[in-house]
Amino acid sequence: MPIFDGKFTRRRVLQSGLVVGAGLAAPMVMRKRAWAETFRNDPGNNPNIVFGWNVPQTGPYADEGADELKAYQLAVKHLNGEGDGGLMNTMKPCSLKGNGVLGKKVTYVTGDTQTKSDAARASAKRMIEKDGVIMFSGGSSSGVAVAVQSLAQEMGVIFMCGLTHSNDTTGKDKKRYGFRHFFNAYMTGKALGPVLKEEMGTDRKAYHLTADYTWGWTQEESIKETTEAMGWKTVAAVRTPLGAGDFSQYITPVLNSGADVLILNHYGKDMVNSLTQAVQFGLKDKMVNGKKFEIIVPLFSRLMARGAGDAIKGILGTTNWNWSLQDEGSKAFVKSFGQEYGFPPSQAAQTCYVQALLYANACEMAGTFYPPEVIKALEDFQFDGMGNGPTLYRGADHQCFKQVLVVRGNENPSSQFDLLRVIKEVPASEVTYDPKIFGGELGPYKV
Amino acid sequence: MQDNTPRNDLILFACFSIAVLAMPLWTAPFGADYPDLLQKFAIYGIFAIGFNILFGLTGYLSFGHAAFLGVGSYTAVWAFKLLTMNVLPAVLFGVIFAGIFAAAIGFLSLRRTGIYFSILTLAFAQMSYNLAYSVLTPLTNGETGLQLRGTDPRLLDSLLGVATPDGLPSPNLFGFELLGYPSFYFCAVMLIIAFYLALRITRSPFGTMLRAIKSNQNRLSYTGVNTRPYAMAAFVISGMYAGLAGSLLAVTDPLAGAERMQWTASGEVVLMTILGGAGTMLGPILGAGIIKYFENIFSAFNDATLHSIFGFLPHWLSDPLVAVLGLFVGDGWQLTLGALFMVIVIFLPGGLMEGATRLIQLTRRKRPDGGSSEDAAGSRRAFHAGE
Repeated sequence: MPIFDGKFTRRRVLQSGLVVGAGLAAPMVMRKRAWAETFRNDPGNNPNIVFGWNVPQTGPYADEGADELKAYQLAVKHLNGEGDGGLMNTMKPCSLKGNGVLGKKVTYVTGDTQTKSDAARASAKRMIEKDGVIMFSGGSSSGVAVAVQSLAQEMGVIFMCGLTHSNDTTGKDKKRYGFRHFFNAYMTGKALGPVLKEEMGTDRKAYHLTADYTWGWTQEESIKETTEAMGWKTVAAVRTPLGAGDFSQYITPVLNSGADVLILNHYGKDMVNSLTQAVQFGLKDKMVNGKKFEIIVPLFSRLMARGAGDAIKGILGTTNWNWSLQDEGSKAFVKSFGQEYGFPPSQAAQTCYVQALLYANACEMAGTFYPPEVIKALEDFQFDGMGNGPTLYRGADHQCFKQVLVVRGNENPSSQFDLLRVIKEVPASEVTYDPKIFGGELGPYKV
Repeated sequence: MQDNTPRNDLILFACFSIAVLAMPLWTAPFGADYPDLLQKFAIYGIFAIGFNILFGLTGYLSFGHAAFLGVGSYTAVWAFKLLTMNVLPAVLFGVIFAGIFAAAIGFLSLRRTGIYFSILTLAFAQMSYNLAYSVLTPLTNGETGLQLRGTDPRLLDSLLGVATPDGLPSPNLFGFELLGYPSFYFCAVMLIIAFYLALRITRSPFGTMLRAIKSNQNRLSYTGVNTRPYAMAAFVISGMYAGLAGSLLAVTDPLAGAERMQWTASGEVVLMTILGGAGTMLGPILGAGIIKYFENIFSAFNDATLHSIFGFLPHWLSDPLVAVLGLFVGDGWQLTLGALFMVIVIFLPGGLMEGATRLIQLTRRKRPDGGSSEDAAGSRRAFHAGE
């Protein structure tokens, strides 16, 4: 039985046509207003501007996300001239005046990425379409960063990446509207290489366990390249599923493989589990080929070190920043973060805080919020005093070049935060590479 | 319940269409009137309608429907990459491929019923997720998700000489760019069509057969009816609905990620359907809207927002209030959702639609005879008997 069994009278067609037409036309009127702007979310005469903090508040990286959010809130305080000013006092050159950005007070909105690309993009779209953010930032995973960055390009709103370590973010997936302060897997390999050579010699056999996704692969590739160049052999590179939980079936073959170095290309909970289990299997105290067996975790973070407990002791890795650094910038940041929250900041907090300040500073330099001009101000911007030594924001791929820290898990930690000991600060010149090696295209300034 | 006369159905359908098209107007007071969330309402509404055809009518609880959503998305993005930025082929192929995929999984899973069926579908979906996440990376681009690139071939577009813009092209409908509100209206029209089809399926003899499977499959078998083709058809139709939703996700945002197939995404649609009312026409759409609203709006409340809401109260009162409420918004949005879900399952097992029906019955009772309590209780019994 058909539902439209009634007759289509003239009156009825007109009536329904009017209703549908009104419904369709309403948003068109709203949209026209939006198109009159010169660029998306232009603050115009509004005394406030809005930043969006898009961080994982639930899911596997919620710890990092919570730390990032704290850092962003601190950055907003400092930008508005509250608190002790933090890194604005040590940043060189600094155009920030502590009266907001270009005289406008900074406000913010928050969102939950759930460490999922879809949720992150939905949250970012909400910030852009509903809350009218002029810039957004955050993230604790490369997949999310890449996905959100391409949204930033489509929407024409600048995205300052948070914690993302994959080469792709500023490699084959780089975007004009995305910027990364954090280091990447390639730099990890470059920085770690000489230290490994010094500590373990050139005659080693390495066994990789790699998280089976983009970030894991790029890291494995980068580390392999470095270690093989100095004479190491790669016995095997085994892919492990993400979130495996139990790694014993992957660790048992390592014992009989003849390898004397285990490289764990894992992050987050995977790294905590695989490292703990490797230590439980006695790998750390083993002798193979007349050499002491070594474990390496290329990407370290203090939050992960805390999860791994005693297993982390003596393990080598790299990190973007550590609160124990003694330069002016690091000391200032640890002081104001500690005063605010009562504990030292993580590397995720540092990179996010710095990103927020760098964007604000670029707006001041450009004298406008117009994104193409702000992007040009950020590109090839050189600065110092932010805790990572002299830094260059390279224009060719929007990657920051700064020192990389090689760290070792502390044997005798003096507190629950004193987990990593910096053994080498590798200068930026040693980790710099040609942007062409990863390909990719930034895309247009104006979208 | 009420009589499902064609006239009532027509009224339902007309009201539904108007409500969907006017969504930007009536969602404004809730702070939900921005294109992305409205698109999500429409898309997940379609997903839930489709799921309801399987779960609500036949009673087969699939825990792997997100796999079809994912297949729809990937297919649509590939259609964008290989063929054209016009959305019609993307949607069409998304639905077809999801249907084929559903037929394959249904063929294997429908050999079992009840919990075994649920576990089988869950296993297949999780397998698809892991494949998409790592093994099939050349096809799905793994963790990063499948994205458009400036260098994509787009064969049909280049044949027809469509100019490629500087940067990435956006999905269009015969040259009309689908971004923001136009994109929402495209999804809204799809939702209305999907709703109409679901209504017809539910009211058809085929729909009656599906409900017969739900009420007693054994009895149906004993009367000589082979139930599997019916269950299979319902499974494939519902998979195609999921494929449509998936391809629309790609239309509104040309990117397909593996986590769309994760078991949490499958669980979400089950929650939507139960929250709104399984087996009802409007319930699943309502449930989808509520869950998406929580995910997008509640998660964005932070302490600063709460302080501004309760700013009129004195500090000694607003500070503890914000501290307590802060646990339930922002990063605690899932807690609130969980509590709401429990309340509904305990007090309204039929979902929100049962609540609505009860309210309507209460008011109806009141009018003729003042609504004595005995009558109300009687009608409630009758309602349950009708279930």
